Amino acid sequence: MEIFIQQLINGITLGSIYGLIAIGYTMVFGIIGMVNFSHGDVFMVSAFIALIFFLVLTTWLGIASVALALFLVMIIAMVLTGLLSWTIERVAYRPLRGSFRLAPLISAIGMSIVLSNFIQVAQGPRNKPTPPMVRDVIVLMDSNGYAVTLSYKQIIIMATTAVLLAVFWYVVQKTPLGRAQRACEQDRKMAALLGVNVDRTISLTFVMGAALAAVAGTMYLMYYGVVNFSDGFVPGVKAFTAAVLGGIGSLPGAVLGGLLIGLIETFWSGYFSIDYKDVAAFSILAIVLIFMPQGILGRPEVEKV
Amino acid sequence: MTAPVSAKPREGADYGKAGKDAILAGIIAFGIFGPLVGLKTEQNMSNELIVVNDMVSALIIVAIVMAGRFLLSAFVFPYMSQRGKKPTAANALGTEKPDRSKLYARLGLVLIFFYPIIVVSLVGFQGSLKWVDNFGIQILIYVMLGWGLNIVVGLAGLLDLGYVAFYAVGAYSYALLAINFDLSFWVLLPVAGLLAAFWGVILGFPVLRLRGDYLAIVTLAFGEIIRLVLINFRELTNGSAGISSIPKVTLFGIPFDASPDGFAKMFDLPLSSAYYKIFLYYLILLLALLTAYVTIRLRRMPIGRAWEALREDEVACRSLGINTTNTKLTAFAIGAMFAGFAGSFFAARQGFVSPESFVFMESAVIVAIVVLGGMGSMIGVAVAAAAMIGGTELLRELTFLKAVFGPEFNPDQYRMLLFGLAMVGIMIWRPRGFVSSREPTAYLFERKSVSGSLVKEGHG
Repeated sequence: MEIFIQQLINGITLGSIYGLIAIGYTMVFGIIGMVNFSHGDVFMVSAFIALIFFLVLTTWLGIASVALALFLVMIIAMVLTGLLSWTIERVAYRPLRGSFRLAPLISAIGMSIVLSNFIQVAQGPRNKPTPPMVRDVIVLMDSNGYAVTLSYKQIIIMATTAVLLAVFWYVVQKTPLGRAQRACEQDRKMAALLGVNVDRTISLTFVMGAALAAVAGTMYLMYYGVVNFSDGFVPGVKAFTAAVLGGIGSLPGAVLGGLLIGLIETFWSGYFSIDYKDVAAFSILAIVLIFMPQGILGRPEVEKV
Repeated sequence: MTAPVSAKPREGADYGKAGKDAILAGIIAFGIFGPLVGLKTEQNMSNELIVVNDMVSALIIVAIVMAGRFLLSAFVFPYMSQRGKKPTAANALGTEKPDRSKLYARLGLVLIFFYPIIVVSLVGFQGSLKWVDNFGIQILIYVMLGWGLNIVVGLAGLLDLGYVAFYAVGAYSYALLAINFDLSFWVLLPVAGLLAAFWGVILGFPVLRLRGDYLAIVTLAFGEIIRLVLINFRELTNGSAGISSIPKVTLFGIPFDASPDGFAKMFDLPLSSAYYKIFLYYLILLLALLTAYVTIRLRRMPIGRAWEALREDEVACRSLGINTTNTKLTAFAIGAMFAGFAGSFFAARQGFVSPESFVFMESAVIVAIVVLGGMGSMIGVAVAAAAMIGGTELLRELTFLKAVFGPEFNPDQYRMLLFGLAMVGIMIWRPRGFVSSREPTAYLFERKSVSGSLVKEGHG
């Protein structure tokens, strides 16, 4: 029972991070029908930006309050990662819009190689460990020496994710920008005819996805305390799995899928074998796509001739 | 509605606008490169992470970006818009230049055939090692993998992002069977191919109903699963440590070593490892040509035509009574078989295999070669493999750059970075790949090559 609750807490924390990344995949896929392969690496770059600015703020500028530093770091990471993603869209994807289907995919894979190798060259290939930023834990249960703990950083991750999702939900459902996005998702040509600036909307979609990935990156750095240039690929694929599991194109689906993937992964490592946890995640991806390609909350795809 | 103000195209370059663009690009570049290049995280003596200021490098990059953007805005874009729009698919038919690709292909083949002899006569036996091994063999392995994947992606139109899994199956089959059962390369080569083809069918079967990006992602997942199993199934595969001392290939039983029965002693030649490399070069050349030959012949057979029909329109294919299941599975199986051949060659050449060699990046590189070369075009794939693999290998040789950038400069670390940039750049420049014409095997009245943009890229 204790293990179950502990793994539940860990799983929801991990799932929140996956969910935040998955939104970037699902929105971009919904609006231009492209698997944004470099999104996982954008997430990794955002973790590096967060690391750099955390060090700058705490050591150079001497901000003693970790909470304030983390908050500032998160804002800076969101802005800069959004800028990065905007640039990538502008340079590598927009010229290929309306081109052959494979061209943007190859361009995205190329961009993913560029991002991870750029970080390797610029920041070095070694792991970047940071001292623990938030240490405190709450002991929820303690029986026979096995303590179920809920750490402050887990609380921060869950709370931040919940607040951001609420804000995000409001933006997509209630603002003109969200309306434009949903219009482009339904029919891009019609939206353009009705005066929606399609290019701008798509750019902003990339920026929003990247900003949420930056939050995930900051949280990832805070949670694990270490980041490496190659950390983008596996979380990226898992987040994509989450997006597919929840039903690609559906925002609540992405979050639900993220939580499910996080829970499956932690329970698998808790009860079965930690070696095969990635195999479990990839197998679920394959099984879901084969038997339930529309996902949990997605719409079934109609084959047109 | 108001008309656009600058309706009349201006003569010469608009430097004001270009300058504005350059400044904007500079601001964005500073936002991205400022922190990531200018503030370098390093560990100090007491293992704490500190930030080192390296703004000069960041500002140099920003300056390069600004200059590049200025040149683009001021000269390149106006020039391109003056040249007018590129020919579209509508007028691509019939305006093709006389086709000389066959001639080039023959010339290239002759050059490739004599390549080791040319290299040996230029730099001697010892000097030729690097050129034959790092360039010749390495490129030919990728040419063969590219041609193998071309069957799946280029002909059948099924996007496979886990192709390296079959390469791994071939490599591990050879390594394990050769070590445990002491069988020779020539026996195991077909076995490895068959095992890989078998896995191609097994992995192909569940994905039959998937289309488009979903198929790509599931094949990616399968590729990763096979790699993770290779890492974790330690009893069989020795985990990430890999399998070493894999037997070498022999020439009809003659080993390439210093023993009395060895190749050098038998023909009274001085001992040199160059013979083995040259032998391997011709072996992989033979295997690659076998791939090409089988592909060319299959394209004219019903199964090859079914593949291409499947790529053009799956629904029409099904309506006309083609068994799409068998068609897709044979494409997967035959593509995988060639990867298995290449894999067993790879294991024999390296003498060592580990899961490190079969990461997703390898699959991405092979897919990139196929798409960059022009899907379905054999010559294009070969050109792309030579350009991308040879080009990045060449970077290792640029030691003179050390004189420019200082002794710590290592061009090798920029290899994959430039590879990725080249992928993006080539896709933007030519979304249809290097070779833009295709030769249909089925034709009415006369045989001619058509533009690549008339060929579909499949649904799967």
